[in-house]
Amino acid sequence: MATFKIKRFNPEKQPQPYYEEFQLDIPPAATLLDCMNQIKWTLDGSLTYRMSCRSAICGSCAVKSNGHALLACQRQAEHLLDDNDTITLEPLGNMQPIKDLVVDFTPFWDKINQVKPYLQPDDEVPPQKERRQSPQEFSLIDDASTCIMCGACYSDCNTLEVDDNFLGPAALAKAQRFVGDSRDAQTHARVQALSEPGGVWDCTHCGECVERCPKPTRPFDRIKEIMTVALEHGVHDNNGARHALSFFNSVKRSGNLNENRIPVESMGFFNIRGLLSLLPAGLRMFLKRKAPPVIHHSIDEVDDVKRIFKELGQ
Amino acid sequence: MIQHDVVIVGAGLAGMRSALEVCKELDVGMLTKVYPSRSHSGAAQGGIAASLGNSESDSWEEHMFDTVKGGDFLSDQDAVEEYVKAAPRVIYELEHMGCVFSRTPDGKIAQRSFGGHSKPRACFSADRTGHAILHALHEQLLKNAKSVKIYNEWYMHALIVDGDRCNGVVVSNIQSGEVEVIQAKAVVFCTGGYGRVFKITSNAFASTADGVMAAYAAGIPLEDLEFVQFHPSGLYRQGILFSEAARGEGAYLLNGNGERFMKEYAPSRMELAPRDIVARAEQSEMDAGRGVDGKDCIHLDLRHLGEARIMERLPQIRQLGIDFLGVDCVADCLPIQPTAHYSMGGIPTDLHSHVIIDAGGTRMNGFFAAGECACVSVHGGNRLGTNSLLEAVVFGERAGKSVLEYVAGIDHGNVNEGREKARVLKKFEDVFQRDGSESYNAIREEMKEVMMTHCGVFRDAEKLNVCIETLQGLQERFKKGKVTDKGKLFNTEIYEILELGNMLSIAQLIANNALQRKESRGGHFRTDYPKRDDVNFLHHSMVYGSQNGPVVKPKPVVITKHQPAERTY
Repeated sequence: MATFKIKRFNPEKQPQPYYEEFQLDIPPAATLLDCMNQIKWTLDGSLTYRMSCRSAICGSCAVKSNGHALLACQRQAEHLLDDNDTITLEPLGNMQPIKDLVVDFTPFWDKINQVKPYLQPDDEVPPQKERRQSPQEFSLIDDASTCIMCGACYSDCNTLEVDDNFLGPAALAKAQRFVGDSRDAQTHARVQALSEPGGVWDCTHCGECVERCPKPTRPFDRIKEIMTVALEHGVHDNNGARHALSFFNSVKRSGNLNENRIPVESMGFFNIRGLLSLLPAGLRMFLKRKAPPVIHHSIDEVDDVKRIFKELGQ
Repeated sequence: MIQHDVVIVGAGLAGMRSALEVCKELDVGMLTKVYPSRSHSGAAQGGIAASLGNSESDSWEEHMFDTVKGGDFLSDQDAVEEYVKAAPRVIYELEHMGCVFSRTPDGKIAQRSFGGHSKPRACFSADRTGHAILHALHEQLLKNAKSVKIYNEWYMHALIVDGDRCNGVVVSNIQSGEVEVIQAKAVVFCTGGYGRVFKITSNAFASTADGVMAAYAAGIPLEDLEFVQFHPSGLYRQGILFSEAARGEGAYLLNGNGERFMKEYAPSRMELAPRDIVARAEQSEMDAGRGVDGKDCIHLDLRHLGEARIMERLPQIRQLGIDFLGVDCVADCLPIQPTAHYSMGGIPTDLHSHVIIDAGGTRMNGFFAAGECACVSVHGGNRLGTNSLLEAVVFGERAGKSVLEYVAGIDHGNVNEGREKARVLKKFEDVFQRDGSESYNAIREEMKEVMMTHCGVFRDAEKLNVCIETLQGLQERFKKGKVTDKGKLFNTEIYEILELGNMLSIAQLIANNALQRKESRGGHFRTDYPKRDDVNFLHHSMVYGSQNGPVVKPKPVVITKHQPAERTY
């Protein structure tokens, strides 16, 4: 007998959420969604969640199970049991709960809308034939186009937890689907917009979205692809790009990081206000003896590092 | 009262394609009980048909013949002709909208083989073609957000009809529970199929006949309901879909003895015979005790395709096997069984997607339908794979164009808001007030079971009579059901009950039609009448509501180019 510990919330009845436990024999080969349905249909009809296709393509049934977002229809319930034969279900994170496991997706869709999620081609002539796109070009957008908008990545994104302004992994993956599309004519404008605050450079590279994504979308990989295209397009005039370039140059020159230089270069040399804002932190580091040495030294094998860069054509 | 020029119910391929057309000139309200991107069109995997001839020479004539033969000569051939002719153009349009397609080495849209099609004409995006098109259309709607208001998670309860004219719909917001009336000059239904009435089905929980039953309740007849397609490759016991694309790419079907049994049933096409034939072959093997390990399942064998091909062309199928069964199709066979997949029948329309109310083609003013909920009929007795996405796009667009034509110079009709609202509020009240002891879940399970065993791949009069009787009993018990959640906020239980009501009604109509069609054609097979009977049954069935229950009457089939002939593969 397994225990399903479910976070219940119904503001019509009481303002505070609470946990309720249900006991259920998990039928053979049952998915988590099958079990939720068994609970709803035989134990408590008021249990509320979204679902539709049962085949991991509609993206309705994402919930948190034992603290992590997943698609309920995609996972065998047996595999999710913890050491106490319990599965804890909670609503997705980073969105407001409406009732039980149903959350408000409004901010999620608002952010999808912000990335101009549609093709912007050069010509709007009536199509006589398909435009050509090579299998290689197709492969650049294949993964991003598998996204089902389930919100699992959005739920568990660590940046979103502290920064509402961040577009989030799903919207950025959607953006890459157009940045990488050989048929789209707005690549430069897109990567410029995506380099603004809230865009790709605000990602903390934790990789949680890749862990949670139930499809091959792997949002963080898509975010890195946008970063690469942005740098290739010379979109350098922002903290994120300057930070990445400073990192790159420091390693290329000395084989390690020049920690005095990176914050300054990231802010930009002529960004007086930005530079001044660094001062208090710098001062505190100095007083706590955490400041890096004033004179930066290269590592001994710096020539090897330079050879690697040369080999890579950089 | 909410007012729009046009209201579209359903936001799958047909609904969105229709909305894109209408929103060029008019203000559109589009209603979906999920979100557009969660519509069941997205679950379509294998492809969308068009005679592009990108890998072998092809023509609309061949596409037409394959479709008519596949439909066992019950398709209306005037509609089929226009539909297959439109196919290449609509594919190119989708591509220009940004739809992602797999490509040939020289960059054209790639095409693969599919059951019943004599040429490789399925355009595809790996094995998630429906998903790719659904998202491409959704993207276009987001781009046109100013003229399309999308009502996410709203439910449509009833059609508002005044004489010979349709004036809007009664709806409710699932989140708030509020009932509203939407007044519109034209209503378009793109509400999908109703496969959920069967125990084993590939359909989403949302595919529950809300649209077709709302039309029927408003006095519109329904066409060809007895023709339900069973897809040959549903996951054993779960019913979820493993695309026909697997067989299109070369997978085998094996019985319990490891034999490619299709050689006994369709020697020339083998695994790529039309779905009705393959599903019946599988069921026959299982009924004869030749299922795998004596169970009700067959093996889908992809092993000889190799990992690289599977990863390129069928990655989602592989993942589904791993997630749902722990079976990796690179190394092992997938257990499958026939699964209720597609409803050939539905709301009768002419070839301009205008709903008609009799065999003579009289139009219902202001009411249009497209996609699976409609019956044009291009699929006749059995739909070929990849023809449904095409139908949704072609007739979705046509519905849009017809609406533009119809609405020009027309004003909103009269709607008595209070009365319409009261009608639906009473429905809610009825359910809430029932203080019965019957479990809706038990009723639903029994309906699905009896539909599967008595009105499934093989039918006969005795089984169908038992089925109808059982369903009548379930209707009675339905009135004494027990509801737990009496709140207004996001009450999914109440909507499941309303859906069950719709399903019980459509199930009865399906079984009743099946009983009356004393022949075997396409997806409808009567073991007591195992032959096609063109003398008595070469016609569509129209079922009309009446005081004394449903009345089935014939509607002639339009035959232009292809006279009915024996159908062998």
